[in-house]
Amino acid sequence: MAFEDQRTTVYKIDPAHPESETLPTLRTEELLLNMGPQHPATHGVLKVILELEGERLVKSTPVLGYLHRGVEKLAEDGTYHQFIPHTDRLDYICAMYNNFAYCRAVEKLMNITVPDRAEYLRTIVAEVQRIIGHQFWLGTQALDIGAMTVFFYCFRDREILMDWFDELCGARLTTSWYRIGGVERDFTPSLLEKLKLFLDYFPPKIDEYMVFLEKNRIWVGRTKGIAIISAEDAVSFGLSGPTLRGSGVDYDLRKAQPYSAYPKCEFSVPLGKNGDTYDRYWIRVQEFYESVKIIRQCLEQMQDGPIMADVPSVTLPPKQRVFTNLESMIQQFKLFSQGFDAPPGEIYCGTEAHKGELGFYIVSTGGGKPYRLKIRAPSFIHMGAFDHMSRGYMIADAVTIFGTYDIVMGECDR
Amino acid sequence: MSLQQLASRLQENFATGFIKAVEWRGDLAVTVTRDRLHEVAQFLHDDPAMDFDYIVHVSSVDWPDDEERFEVVYEFYSIKKRQRIRLKTRVPESDCIVDSLTDLWKGANFMEREVYDMMGIRFRYHPDLRRILLPDDFTEGYPLRKDFPLRGKGWRDTFEFLDETAR
Amino acid sequence: MGLIQIGRHDKDGTPDVVTMTVEKAVNWARKGSLWPITFGLACCAIEMIAAVSSRYDMDRYGAGVFRASPRQSDLMIVAGTVCRRMAPVIRKLYDQMPEPKYVIAMGSCATSGNIYDSYSVVQGVDRFVPVDIYVPGCPPTPEALFDGILKLQARIMLKRVFLKQPDQVKPSLKI
Repeated sequence: MAFEDQRTTVYKIDPAHPESETLPTLRTEELLLNMGPQHPATHGVLKVILELEGERLVKSTPVLGYLHRGVEKLAEDGTYHQFIPHTDRLDYICAMYNNFAYCRAVEKLMNITVPDRAEYLRTIVAEVQRIIGHQFWLGTQALDIGAMTVFFYCFRDREILMDWFDELCGARLTTSWYRIGGVERDFTPSLLEKLKLFLDYFPPKIDEYMVFLEKNRIWVGRTKGIAIISAEDAVSFGLSGPTLRGSGVDYDLRKAQPYSAYPKCEFSVPLGKNGDTYDRYWIRVQEFYESVKIIRQCLEQMQDGPIMADVPSVTLPPKQRVFTNLESMIQQFKLFSQGFDAPPGEIYCGTEAHKGELGFYIVSTGGGKPYRLKIRAPSFIHMGAFDHMSRGYMIADAVTIFGTYDIVMGECDR
Repeated sequence: MSLQQLASRLQENFATGFIKAVEWRGDLAVTVTRDRLHEVAQFLHDDPAMDFDYIVHVSSVDWPDDEERFEVVYEFYSIKKRQRIRLKTRVPESDCIVDSLTDLWKGANFMEREVYDMMGIRFRYHPDLRRILLPDDFTEGYPLRKDFPLRGKGWRDTFEFLDETAR
Repeated sequence: MGLIQIGRHDKDGTPDVVTMTVEKAVNWARKGSLWPITFGLACCAIEMIAAVSSRYDMDRYGAGVFRASPRQSDLMIVAGTVCRRMAPVIRKLYDQMPEPKYVIAMGSCATSGNIYDSYSVVQGVDRFVPVDIYVPGCPPTPEALFDGILKLQARIMLKRVFLKQPDQVKPSLKI
């Protein structure tokens, strides 16, 4: 005896043909779920409106701008030197790579050649930054998926490098050690010692992280086959960095348009096959090993020499002279307040940051302030492909997909 | 092919649309007219000798003293040929509409939305042209224009949501 | 403070009696279990995460349990730049937190807007949310954040629970 009324439908099976059972017509609608901006798993303040059919993602609309600070407009208000601390706060996880990208852009504009020792120092520190960037990524991705131990292990090793940065330039996170034309100060013997100790200490630690994750059934189940993107789509969207190389596209600016000391070092660029999350994870872990290799080679090849280009109209004088010598103080003051005379023209300079291609498009009409400074932020562009990458997966995969993109909102919203 | 050859090929194929090409500090910047922008971009994308499959950035520059005030800048890169090219076009303020390139490069979607948000340039045939970094109710204008003050026009100090939540 | 006295057993001197006012007991419980809301906005969030990690362990002050829901938390550490678009969200979350609730403005951006004097950055979170402790720095190191939390704990110990809070903190009660 079935209770029938307007609301319930009776589930009928035809006994002659049991295979043709018809499910009762349920009213299904898509559910709009709001994720963020305050959410423990979105890496920063990001809101995504998910359209769900059951648990499947039908469409996701990212809503950006919760950390829009107006950095591009602020750049037009200050001189080129004054913009360096702003670049720190873009991708705040590996801050010095942003400094590096910006200083390279301005050096291209001003046609300055950086001395050899400074190039080696820059490359070494850039690769150390890549290591801390990928450690942060691995820790938070593992935390989001549920492997909390890896988070603590990554941050334990990250702290060693934060202390190293503290000794190098006085700040742990937002460092501004790079300057236009070189670097601010040289390595001390104690820093070199500590770096060498770290290079011996670190590779077994990478193996330790891999022990937790590489063949772990849960990790593999949650990352293999998730967020697959084909090579053509990845290139069309403008993805870069490990997100692009996961799909097998061999585009690494350190090899394609070599800069700094990278042409003098031998390293390989890991490529993925399937374009899924596991491949991107594997690439980033392999990049740990490659960074260690690059740092070792740079340490061997580095010779003594100046750390700042000798162009007094553009580059800053050494800090010790600024405090003791009047001309140096005046030069520093002039360069920060009025700026140097940049030639009119425009350039674009891209650098392989740990998230992707970080580029600066600078338009100058002469004078000390940039006329227009555009930041090509990889995180912003990766968000453009988020909808495409997340269709058809489960809602729990949305968290994995955020992690695999390695988004930082400081860079995305600028 | 060298940048010189690139520029001359473009000039041959698009004699009416081509305005000028400038090579400076190793970058090639080609300026075309607005109505031929999409064709030139299609040529750069589809032609096997050009093969610019990767879109680097889309941005805009404001030249308030010029008659054609806004300049839309596209930068493309060819992964196989390892070459970069910059494509520029100018639009006047009264009619600042440009053809969208989202059909050729999917990444242009968000980038063009940002240009619309910051500078006010509209893109024809864009699938979803609305503000991206600033909220939809931001009525003060377009921030990156030169006549927009750095500190805004008072929006940052209005906290009307406090009246709603006041108990 | 003189109001908490630990009595010792007569025979073997082991402390087993603690006398204090109920107010002190309540304040002690409140300060020892500050549960922050996960609210990192920008770069200061990274230092906040580092403060929770294994080296600088915030859990030893009782403040290590980060709750995602504002209804279950009593401390909001505003860590990062407050942009105009995020301001209503912050206010909404603040309103959803149950009393007693405390706010720490961590870093220069939350305190005063920092170097971002632009069209979309609120010059300090105290423009629309009452702040208890300001922690300066860009970003403040985890030790600086701990200093802020310890000062907040000292402030909590001074608050009245059952009587009305006096309008002005008397000079003798300065921290």
